[in-house]
Amino acid sequence: MPEQVEPEKVDRERYGALASEISSQTVLFVTVDEYLEVATAARNDGFDQLVDLTAVDYLSYPGARIRPTDVKPERFEVVVQLINHTSRERLGLRVQVPADEPIAPSLFDLWPGCENLEREVFDMFGIEFAEHPDMSRILMPEDWIGHPLRKDFAVGDVPVQFSEASAPR
Amino acid sequence: MTAERVMRRGDDSAVLRLSEAEAARIGDDAADPDDDERVMLNMGPAHPSTHGVLRLMLEMEGETVLRSKPVIGYLHTGMEKQGENLTYLQGCTNVTRMDYASPLFSELAFSLTTEKLLGVEVPERATWIRMLMCELNRISSHLLFLATNGIDLGAVSMMIYGWREREEVLRFFEKVTGLRMNHNYIRPGGVAADLHDGWPDDLRELLELIEPRLDEYEVLMTGQPIWRERLQGVGAINADEAIALSATGPLLRSTGYAWDLRRDEPYLAYDEVDFDVIVGTYGDCYDRYAIRINEIRESMKIVDQIIDKMPGGDYRLQDKKVTPPPRIRIDESMEALIHHFKIFTEGYQVPKGEAYTAVESPRGELGVYIVSDGTATPYRMRVRPPSFINLQTLPHLMRGGLIADGVAIISSVDPILGEVDR
Repeated sequence: MPEQVEPEKVDRERYGALASEISSQTVLFVTVDEYLEVATAARNDGFDQLVDLTAVDYLSYPGARIRPTDVKPERFEVVVQLINHTSRERLGLRVQVPADEPIAPSLFDLWPGCENLEREVFDMFGIEFAEHPDMSRILMPEDWIGHPLRKDFAVGDVPVQFSEASAPR
Repeated sequence: MTAERVMRRGDDSAVLRLSEAEAARIGDDAADPDDDERVMLNMGPAHPSTHGVLRLMLEMEGETVLRSKPVIGYLHTGMEKQGENLTYLQGCTNVTRMDYASPLFSELAFSLTTEKLLGVEVPERATWIRMLMCELNRISSHLLFLATNGIDLGAVSMMIYGWREREEVLRFFEKVTGLRMNHNYIRPGGVAADLHDGWPDDLRELLELIEPRLDEYEVLMTGQPIWRERLQGVGAINADEAIALSATGPLLRSTGYAWDLRRDEPYLAYDEVDFDVIVGTYGDCYDRYAIRINEIRESMKIVDQIIDKMPGGDYRLQDKKVTPPPRIRIDESMEALIHHFKIFTEGYQVPKGEAYTAVESPRGELGVYIVSDGTATPYRMRVRPPSFINLQTLPHLMRGGLIADGVAIISSVDPILGEVDR
């Protein structure tokens, strides 16, 4: 594992999580265990809308990631964008999700708008969100095998699947 | 907190959280004693009012919609995955195909994010051309909304009118970009080509044409009792609920919540032009209609100001590592030829890092998040699709209403399925 590169200005802590500045945006780095606690603190502090929730699979990322050295990098990273409409401030969360147990808590009780976004991440990356009201695929067919946005998903290898296809004529 | 309605998990939620297989089983079960009261109804994906290939699973009691679930993915073509294999120069051709009614906004968000990662600044004229084209695109997109909203509610002539006026805007696009849609015009480093000679006259002509036509629409629809009765009080949502469901754009503004990225987080040169943020009051279908028709007027106001304020200078960055050299230079300079060749074969390398940029598209906040690994293609390219996220409000808007109103509600959310499914 190559050494990590420190992002600029790692000088703050917020909601008990490690904070740094990435592309002029405050980003908090959390583990799966701290995730819900930090998100709740952000919610109570006025971050009233969840703008986006997605993930990145760092399986084949070449070289060092730009992350604070105290962060233990995992294969998956859930990326959350929050906004505080009153102070017009944006906040990012980066959740390290291990490959051998890709489960994170759902944010549904804080921002119900994450419902479809978490389903999409589950569909595309295979990261499950515990306590999500409907953890199912959203874009791919319900009986699809594999998670397409994972870096080890073989592009072009899987034939197009149709669940209702009849026997060959 | 008044957003309680949208946070329900159980059977009293508006969202039908059943898989297709389960829904089919319930729908087929003739022995179920409740079967004659509650019916599972499928709508789409080829229904004329579902704006593309949106499919809805509806739980009906008589004509009343109880729970519903949008079933999407029919247009899913893995564009985010594809984005990982295209260079930053090719990336715009990919994202422009997502929201095909307002393609320039996806190109803009993609270009702004790439420029943020590159740490370059585009010339002033490029910024203003981008702003001009985006506002025109907002007009054409909202005209398309008026057309489809009209036909969905039975105002057939409105559909013809909306397409007719939109075509005039697209004609201008064709003159500037070479294409009516999927322009690939806004690129990292600037825009693809300068505006043609005589563009201010073309635009003034266009604005003069659209202005009285908007007044015609007002006569045709806004004041009509039938139109008002079909829309007013239908599909209402309040600001807390819209925010909780991550809704943005006209859907959020219809609740009276003034949030427009052009004003609240100014990008491009929006802080140098004067315009109003249109908000509604009741968050119903009528407010969403009225917001869009008035946003056309605001966009025309902005276009009018841009015509007067358009600065001179270059339409793209003259950085040979990012933008191709002018064609004429290739004949006389070996280096220019090499740069040209390099950019179009292997592309340019973008420093390691990640960035998120959001713009206000006609449908809401359109964001692009790129993780770069230092090569010529993004490691991860994510588009925050406003249509996909706004579609979450659909079950909540439809619950308790009539199925005929459902058509008006789908129309007023204005989803573009190309962007929903990506």
